[in-house]
Amino acid sequence: MSAGAVSHVAEDRPRATGGRAPDVFSRSGWVPMREHALGDEVDFAIVGSGCGGAVLATKLAEAGHSVVMFDAGPFWRPLSDFASDEREQDKLYWLDPRLSDGDDPLEFGANNSGRNVGGSTTHFQMVSLRFRPDWFKSRSKLGYAVDWPVDWREMWRYYAEAERAMAISGPISYPWGPKRGRYPYREHEVNAAGLVLARGAEALGVAWAPTPLATVSAPRGKSPPCVYRGMCKIGCSTNAKQSMLVTYIPRALAAGAEIRDLAMVGRIDTGPDGRVTGVEFHRDGGWHVQKARNVVVAGYSIETPRLLLNSACGRYPNGLANGSDQVGRYLMVHSNHAVWSEMDEEIRWYKGPPSMACCEHWNYDDDDPSRDFHGGYSFMSQGPLPGDFAGTLVTATGAFGLDLRERMARYNRMAGLKIVGETMPQADNRVTLSDEKDGFGLPRARITFGYCDNDRRLYRHSLRFMSRMLQAAGGHDLLETSSTAHLMGGCRMGSDPETSVTDANGRSWEIPNLWICDGSLMPTAGGVNPALTIVANAARIGDRIVAMGRKGTI
Amino acid sequence: MTERFSEPYRGYDVLDKWDTPSFNDQTRRVLRGRMDPPPRRFFSDTEWRVLLSLCARAMPQPERPDPVAIAPFIDADLHAGRGTGMRRADMPEPGAAWRRGLAALDAEAVARHGRGFADLDGPAADAILRAVDSGDLADPAAWEGLPAQRFLRETALKHIVSIYYSQPQGMSEIGYGGPASPRGYVRLGTDRIDPWEAPHGQWPDR
Repeated sequence: MSAGAVSHVAEDRPRATGGRAPDVFSRSGWVPMREHALGDEVDFAIVGSGCGGAVLATKLAEAGHSVVMFDAGPFWRPLSDFASDEREQDKLYWLDPRLSDGDDPLEFGANNSGRNVGGSTTHFQMVSLRFRPDWFKSRSKLGYAVDWPVDWREMWRYYAEAERAMAISGPISYPWGPKRGRYPYREHEVNAAGLVLARGAEALGVAWAPTPLATVSAPRGKSPPCVYRGMCKIGCSTNAKQSMLVTYIPRALAAGAEIRDLAMVGRIDTGPDGRVTGVEFHRDGGWHVQKARNVVVAGYSIETPRLLLNSACGRYPNGLANGSDQVGRYLMVHSNHAVWSEMDEEIRWYKGPPSMACCEHWNYDDDDPSRDFHGGYSFMSQGPLPGDFAGTLVTATGAFGLDLRERMARYNRMAGLKIVGETMPQADNRVTLSDEKDGFGLPRARITFGYCDNDRRLYRHSLRFMSRMLQAAGGHDLLETSSTAHLMGGCRMGSDPETSVTDANGRSWEIPNLWICDGSLMPTAGGVNPALTIVANAARIGDRIVAMGRKGTI
Repeated sequence: MTERFSEPYRGYDVLDKWDTPSFNDQTRRVLRGRMDPPPRRFFSDTEWRVLLSLCARAMPQPERPDPVAIAPFIDADLHAGRGTGMRRADMPEPGAAWRRGLAALDAEAVARHGRGFADLDGPAADAILRAVDSGDLADPAAWEGLPAQRFLRETALKHIVSIYYSQPQGMSEIGYGGPASPRGYVRLGTDRIDPWEAPHGQWPDR
């Protein structure tokens, strides 16, 4: 038989088996993959292959550690698996339900959760901004929330590393924050939707910038330059997008890491000495155990706490690493409020990445008299696909009938601005386990969320400001909408075991060979999209673990 | 009240690009699989009649002799147990929410007009949808605790529009570029269009 001539469907059967993994740069090809027996005690079992897991697996494998990385979802080859179709591409999201309650219940799925090798980066919108340096000490320097256990200058070095690894395309001169080196790739031409933001910013006298984006503006290896098809949120079918799937994952494989796709980890095992011994995972129709000297949880802000809580045992009745009742707490999102308007011109916002222009003014201006909130927000130009935008319209307005069809007929003349708004860490915004079980028999996550007064002041401020900006840019018939995006926190790192789950290295305070490495570590949310920060933090943690390994202090 | 659709992009059809570099094999496969509506397997006869009426009021297509089918795809999604990633704690799972919501819409029609939702004329059905959206319920008990506005907007309308605008007719009528891989776009600036996009739209105010 000719291997790979007929490729099976990625959702149905694992692809990374038999000593090979999908070649993500081909339509049906393979790359070799090192494999480990279940009984082999590997150095690291990593649960999750997104911005945290993929980066860490690469670092550890490149340093010579044996690594097996698990992902609950499929291993795609974008060139043959990704269609230009919103409904089809729902397959990238974590669609198994989470229960959502609280004063402001969160949405989950397309806006914040991936379920495939590469994690949410297969569908992220590629906006790659750095934290403002002061945010790493927001308590000490700005008087709100908590400090990170990390110095901004250390993070700054890792931001540069992450930007190189993901070949960020951005402007030569970025208007906010400390001076930085130039971005690896030149900025993209700003589309009409972005030029609306630019026009409005210039009218109001604030700076704007072409958004630094994780899609290449010139060829890079096997990635062709972006062709502006505009479907970044439903999966890049050309591999221009520098997702984890086409950057770190191939590196991790080449360095000897094993990846197990369609492998849902349901439990972390512990031994009589209280240390973790490996993971139980479901793959190919059955449960298996992989032995490991260290377990790293990298499932993001819902699945990471869920797995730790679901791993409760006699010795740790409240779940692993949860002796101080911190697991699942301080979950944050970004408020994602938006203002939309009609323009006189045709904008055709479906062309190009959805957010080609950005404004970080309110992340850096502390002195404006209108500022009535702690924290910050950035905002970007918008380019939702039709189904996405129609969903926003009906959810916000209840429009139906010919009225709805007429509103949608203005799709090509719409422009929008949407924030990435910082929310405050609150102990009661949290992940717990529900009584309901999923298809694996595992308790589903329940998420409780509510905005605090500061969060509300922040997004209200943003709606006023963005409305003014759109009007200044010539927009009319404005519509305000609310939503949320991204997840941060839930297993935060810190300096005090009483108020955090891990130390600055992602090592859990309670169990020395149990680690966390993903966005759930973030003590604060910042006013920028989190992916670049998660990647930079994972690279930092990777280097620290490798250094500890050399010293024998893992 | 709007009586007819203005068709700003009349004559434009994304399917005209079927054999061009804007379409690839996997996208053709997906769209081909969507051409024939799937058979009904989830809803009962009674629920089905209400659903057909709801879809017709949500997305009326008076200019089309053969309207875009929506209900069969909702039925197929629910039959397949297709999830959305979350469920509010005060909502039942999607299939149960749909069944309860459609029964409640029918009960609203009976309470107001003495006949079912599917037997109402357009304006009467629309009035019920607007009342439900504003929380003005004639038969609150029929909803059995289902949040009426949330059912209408987030369960029903959101699902309906996701199906309608995934169909080539829905994409074409708004002048959307449609499938775009491997070929994307070149002209990104204001009022600029590539030859493979819809020509400029026709609006009374422009």
